[in-house]
Amino acid sequence: MPKGRIEVATDRCKGCGLCIEACPLKLLELDKNTLNMKGYQPMRIHTPDKCIGCANCAVMCPDVVITVYRLD
Amino acid sequence: MSKVVFQKTKALTDKEFSFCAGCAHGIIHRLVAETIEELGLLDQAIGISPVGCAVTNYNNFNCDMVQAAHGRAPAVATGIKRVLPDRIVFSYQGDGDLASIGTAEIVHAAHRGENITVIFINNAIYGMTGGQMAPTTLVGQKTSTSPFGRTVEHSGMPIRMSELLATIPGSAYIERVSVHNPLHVRKAKQAVKKAFQMQMEKRGFALIEFVSTCPVNWGMTPKDALKWAEDKMLSYYPLGVFKDITKEAQE
Amino acid sequence: MAKLMMKGNEAMALAALKGGCKAFFGYPITPQSELPEYLSRHMKDYGGVFLQAESEVAAINMVYGAASAGIRAMTSSSSPGVALKQEGISYMAGAELPGVIINVMRGGPGLGGIQPSQADYKQVTRGGGNGDYYCLAFAPETLQETVDIIKEAFALADLYRNPVMIAVDGLIGQMMEPVDVDRPIPDYDLPEKNWAANGTMGKRERNIVNSLYLKPVELEEHSLRLFKKYQTMKEKEQRYEIVNGEDAEIMIVAYGTMARICRSAIETLREQGVKVGLLRPISIWPYPEKAFDELSPTVKGLLTCELSTGQMIDDVKIANRGRLPIGFFGRTGGMLPETEEIVAAVLDMLKELRHE
Repeated sequence: MPKGRIEVATDRCKGCGLCIEACPLKLLELDKNTLNMKGYQPMRIHTPDKCIGCANCAVMCPDVVITVYRLD
Repeated sequence: MSKVVFQKTKALTDKEFSFCAGCAHGIIHRLVAETIEELGLLDQAIGISPVGCAVTNYNNFNCDMVQAAHGRAPAVATGIKRVLPDRIVFSYQGDGDLASIGTAEIVHAAHRGENITVIFINNAIYGMTGGQMAPTTLVGQKTSTSPFGRTVEHSGMPIRMSELLATIPGSAYIERVSVHNPLHVRKAKQAVKKAFQMQMEKRGFALIEFVSTCPVNWGMTPKDALKWAEDKMLSYYPLGVFKDITKEAQE
Repeated sequence: MAKLMMKGNEAMALAALKGGCKAFFGYPITPQSELPEYLSRHMKDYGGVFLQAESEVAAINMVYGAASAGIRAMTSSSSPGVALKQEGISYMAGAELPGVIINVMRGGPGLGGIQPSQADYKQVTRGGGNGDYYCLAFAPETLQETVDIIKEAFALADLYRNPVMIAVDGLIGQMMEPVDVDRPIPDYDLPEKNWAANGTMGKRERNIVNSLYLKPVELEEHSLRLFKKYQTMKEKEQRYEIVNGEDAEIMIVAYGTMARICRSAIETLREQGVKVGLLRPISIWPYPEKAFDELSPTVKGLLTCELSTGQMIDDVKIANRGRLPIGFFGRTGGMLPETEEIVAAVLDMLKELRHE
């Protein structure tokens, strides 16, 4: 049962990768199979079950595309 | 059962930022907006947009905004704050706006102790106009107007605005921060909060200098740009508090 | 209301206060320093803000700020200082902000001199900053007229949401004359400043004060909207005076201090039986072109008299539309003409016209 969950506004993501660096558990990657409306490969969480809801990704995101939840 | 631990602040409009992918401007705008919301200042806030990459940030901060001529934001802020002293007046300026063309205006706003909050973005380059040298460009750094690398003989040493402004008695709070990793982003937000609280407590001039990045004009990926800022800029632009009138009062 | 004997700069300062000015930002420069000095003493009596800025550049930007916040704001300077303000004035026009700028003109170009001059005419009327804009601009002659027009300027600035410039010169600034500062000004139905960036206070949508329009379609639209405003000003704000015009053969065209000296010349000439009159622009932008359509058919020529090497003469030529010959008399660099010089110039022009 994951401790956290993220929602990504994929069409606002610019694929900058800062969140990928910031995630302490390295759960994030650019989605190689998708181009969003801007033409970027947006971020996706490849192992959502391990998310702890630390919000480091959201804290680094320059475009405020990530919403973070903690799950009890 | 889930609870939100991070969401977009309502102090930012729905309009997307105009910045390049991975530019720290976005992080810093978010910190300023979050601070304004969390301190309950949104209704009284009046922000001043610079000339630079952030020129259209009047579209992004969800409060009254005034766009100012290049470098003149501190004078515009003075005009507003002097006539409406109970409003929260802040400016957001880059290194061209504040450390080049606007040096007289920022020095004198600090000198007069104008009760405003200034967010200063130092990315050692002029982003908006395509990567020219800034007064804050590091020695040896190549830019479009220092193509062989900045030299001291030709252009002097880079200017350290926080240190300069801290020598001015009217400055109440001057701190330099960085956003190169989540820890520093969180610390930077505390500094922004302090700077706005200085205004709320009517203590005088507060400025937070952000060591920031320009991935596109530095010719780096966003991740590498943050690393370059950490490795190369922090040794010349040290982080820390250079002036804190509340500490001095206690001594 | 009782008249006060006042120095021009101080009368202008008091007029601003009477006109509702609640914020003044300025910088010392000869010959207008007494204006900020007066306001440094008296602004507080009217509950306003006075601040000596670090430069004329900073001062106009402080006016921009106060005006953005919905407050009646003013700055004053003299020619070289007004040159510095052009960026800020252009921004005000572009952002549609009201404000009053007083230019106490002195000799130029560059540092020039400190004596009176009218060599800023082009700077004032051609929109000295960048872009498609104008300042509503007035050139009063006496201290009374100056005082009245400054009071009205604040209302006009609010009405049009545009900067208003008052172009006087060092003589007007330094002279002493009796003035009644309480004469009423016309009533203007001024709308609320619901566009001002004074903090939403949770009561309204946010306001943006801005002159940037990156999309050309939008900037053109915006410029055309401003253009319409200027058209309205051209229709409604042309002000002038015609003196002794009914039977005049020569009309002197002059404003401000030069017009006053010309009046003395006209007296002398009339005593000699010379039929000469004065067309005195009071607004210099919009230029009172209407006046040139109202000239008596007796007029054979126009003598433009300026304290410059000839700047208003271009507007005289435009207004004249090729109908009458135009002559020029000028003194510059801070020199003021003797009445006799103008008398001689009129007589010379008459001689020339009669020989043709």
